[in-house]
Amino acid sequence: MSKIVKMEDLNKAKKRGLDALMPRKTKIMVGMATSGIASGAGEVYRALDSEIKKRKADIILKKTGSMGMDCIEPLVDVITPNMPRMAYGRVTAKQVPAIIDQILNGSIDKEKPTYYMGEEDFIVTGEKIKYYKGKKPASLKGINAIGDVPFYKKQVKLATRNCGLIDPENIDEYIAKGGYFSLYKALTTMTPDEIIEDVVKSGLRGRGGGGFPAGTKWRSCRDAEGDIKYVICNGDEGDPGAYMDRSLMEGDPHSVIEGMIIGAYAIGAHEGYIYVRNEYPLAVANLTKAIEQARACGLLGKNILKSGFDFDIRISQGAGAFVCGESTALMASLEGKAGEPRAKYVHTVEHGLWNRPSNLNNVETWANVPLIIARGGNWFSAIGDKASTGTKVFSLVGKVNNIGLVEVPMGIPLRDIIYDIGGGIPDGKEFKAIQTGGPSGGCIPAKLVELPVTFDDLKKAGSMMGSGGMIVMDEKTCMVDIARYFIEFLESESCGKCVPCREGVHRMKQILEDICEGRGQEGDIELLEDMAGAIIDGSLCALGGSAPNPVLSTIKYFREEYEAHIRDKKCPAAVCKALIEYRIDPDKCTGCGLCPRVCPTGAAKGKIKKIHTIDQKKCIKCGACVESCKYDAIIVE
Amino acid sequence: MNTQKITKNKIKGIIGRHEAEKTSLIAILQDMQNEFRYLPKEALVAVGKHLDMPLARVYEVATFYNAFSLKPRGRYLVEVCAGTACHVKGGFNLLAKLERELKIECGQTTKDGTFTLEQVRCLGCCSLAPVVRIDNDIHAYLTQDKIPRILKKYRK
Ligand SMILES: Cc1cc2nc3c(=O)[nH]c(=O)nc-3n(C[C@H](O)[C@H](O)[C@H](O)COP(=O)(O)O)c2cc1C
Ligand code: SF4
Ligand code: FES
Repeated sequence: MSKIVKMEDLNKAKKRGLDALMPRKTKIMVGMATSGIASGAGEVYRALDSEIKKRKADIILKKTGSMGMDCIEPLVDVITPNMPRMAYGRVTAKQVPAIIDQILNGSIDKEKPTYYMGEEDFIVTGEKIKYYKGKKPASLKGINAIGDVPFYKKQVKLATRNCGLIDPENIDEYIAKGGYFSLYKALTTMTPDEIIEDVVKSGLRGRGGGGFPAGTKWRSCRDAEGDIKYVICNGDEGDPGAYMDRSLMEGDPHSVIEGMIIGAYAIGAHEGYIYVRNEYPLAVANLTKAIEQARACGLLGKNILKSGFDFDIRISQGAGAFVCGESTALMASLEGKAGEPRAKYVHTVEHGLWNRPSNLNNVETWANVPLIIARGGNWFSAIGDKASTGTKVFSLVGKVNNIGLVEVPMGIPLRDIIYDIGGGIPDGKEFKAIQTGGPSGGCIPAKLVELPVTFDDLKKAGSMMGSGGMIVMDEKTCMVDIARYFIEFLESESCGKCVPCREGVHRMKQILEDICEGRGQEGDIELLEDMAGAIIDGSLCALGGSAPNPVLSTIKYFREEYEAHIRDKKCPAAVCKALIEYRIDPDKCTGCGLCPRVCPTGAAKGKIKKIHTIDQKKCIKCGACVESCKYDAIIVE
Repeated sequence: MNTQKITKNKIKGIIGRHEAEKTSLIAILQDMQNEFRYLPKEALVAVGKHLDMPLARVYEVATFYNAFSLKPRGRYLVEVCAGTACHVKGGFNLLAKLERELKIECGQTTKDGTFTLEQVRCLGCCSLAPVVRIDNDIHAYLTQDKIPRILKKYRK
């Protein structure tokens, strides 16, 4: 890898990268982020590799990150000269020979692509590069352009601009998309103050939870006294149900690194840390490689771009503690200690890691920085909502048809995310609520589906933006159970330092368990509300301070569901095991004999072709019969 | 993945890869955990000596983080995701099924030392919920009826 010092060097790397991105011969890319691999992309990749070798075909095979639409993975993209980029979804190893066939004979009739892309958006440089010249090829008839695929239509990809196109292990491909040009611009033409000014202008707010303005934080850290300062990237991604940061670190590690170098220069830091969640080995591997490459190119290390500025980054791995996502706990963990938060009045921008000024931002926050420097703060602030500028990446999961990562301009109504992008609720079920903000957030009910997604609107509705988990819930999700679930999570993750958090959350869990198990009493709801106030007031960090949110928001919007549990000992969503029964619908049962076979306790009984029954005394409500029944004949209520 | 034999040399080797600074503690414990799949007492004592730290401090950190286990684990670690997406999609039924199949409770190891069953908070594969990870393989969109066959593959 040759050193990059001058603009000329960057341009050379860019050219190499473009040749790799859009080569003059056929290239196949397989989405190999963790979700792709778990869907079977590894097998598809190996099949492609052996088929290409077997036929001695002149085809390049590459790995890339995730395009976001996880529900159609494994995803295989084919780029042939002068043809659009073709995306094949849900590919199996069996289809591989046919796909190679049609690549070699130039047709697309046997295996139909899921969608095509006519051009590539180079958002950092503002260019759009077409895959073909002249008119749209006739063979594309009947295939959707990516812009017409509902999942992608309303998305605007800023932070995830490179995921699913570039090879995350090749720095040239990152540079081809305009990468490290912002660093060049910042280090050679801008003063630290100008950079901070631009970030302030952009309105960029932290993507990790609270939405604190990034520029303001940078300014305070720059102004803080001390020779040694640090920049830190929060890749702990503790929200159980969210994986945006994983996808970014896996699919486009350089965007985070470039953002950090620019930030460090602006703040005056020479050392940086990326704290990565324990469960993300691929993110660590890709970040490590990216850092090595950046170092080899001279983009990290001493005298970066001959500007006299030194900076380097180290990776530190978390060890499985949710509270370590909190800024002061994260810094304690970086110091090798147990991750206990400390009081907030000591600001980390002044006294952070090793008591020195430290600037912590989330992965997605950092990834936005190069784009802001390239296009300007004003350009960025024109996207999204006035007080919540830019976009936000969400992991849209749960009971929704199109599951995956989506990046949308802020201010977009929830409805557009759930129905247009997400394609609505599966199996004709009713949309009930959407959970945002993770364990610190809340559940937003269906009646607020027009709510614009901004930091402030979500907060007003009793939830929060959080880091970007969006878990869609349908009529079969019990809101009391969800509250119990989050409180149980927080109970086990509380560091135990503050009594209201440690004991209060524990007590709330007991009450919620009682309600779910049919021991709820009149007054429990009010008791929960009272305790919530005490926990919010008496907790040191935001874990405790926001712990009651999932309970309060579900009480606020679904009080009658709590009451049904307490008064009628019923779980309307049929989730809480102590309050439900499994029965067989005699009108639907065909006597197929399947449920008696799968029932682990022998509760489900019946002769073939005779209507089956379930013995309530033996039933452990494991749900195996529901899973097996092809006739929808098991009633749970 | 096999449980590695614990030897003084191995412990020394791991410690030697890190600087003798207190800040290295978590990283050293992580390497130990990766090598032995749990933190043997000998290792904790040796780390404390090396970093000039009371054993209680080492123990505090070792027990604070979920990734560390002070009990030996089985040959395969079965982790059931208990993240929100997996919970909403009925992941708790998978845990109960695994407990019945393996005849152990969550947190325990089978008598023959083959499987350890644990819960984990989100594997970052929420889009494929519910998921279970066995060793490094993610089993996506898992249903109860697939579990016996999957376990059989590892039992061999
Ligand atoms: C209990 C708790 C957990 C948190 N977990 C995360 C996390 O996993 N990732 C993250 O970026 N921020 C997390 N935060 C927010 C951080 O404390 C911090 O505000 C954020 O990383 C700052 O970066 P930002 O301004 O770019 O968002 C958490 C906060 C609390 C209180
Ligand atoms: S509020 Fe809870 S998690 Fe936060 S410092 Fe106190 S005890 Fe620890
Ligand atoms: S919730 Fe199970 S993988 Fe994220």
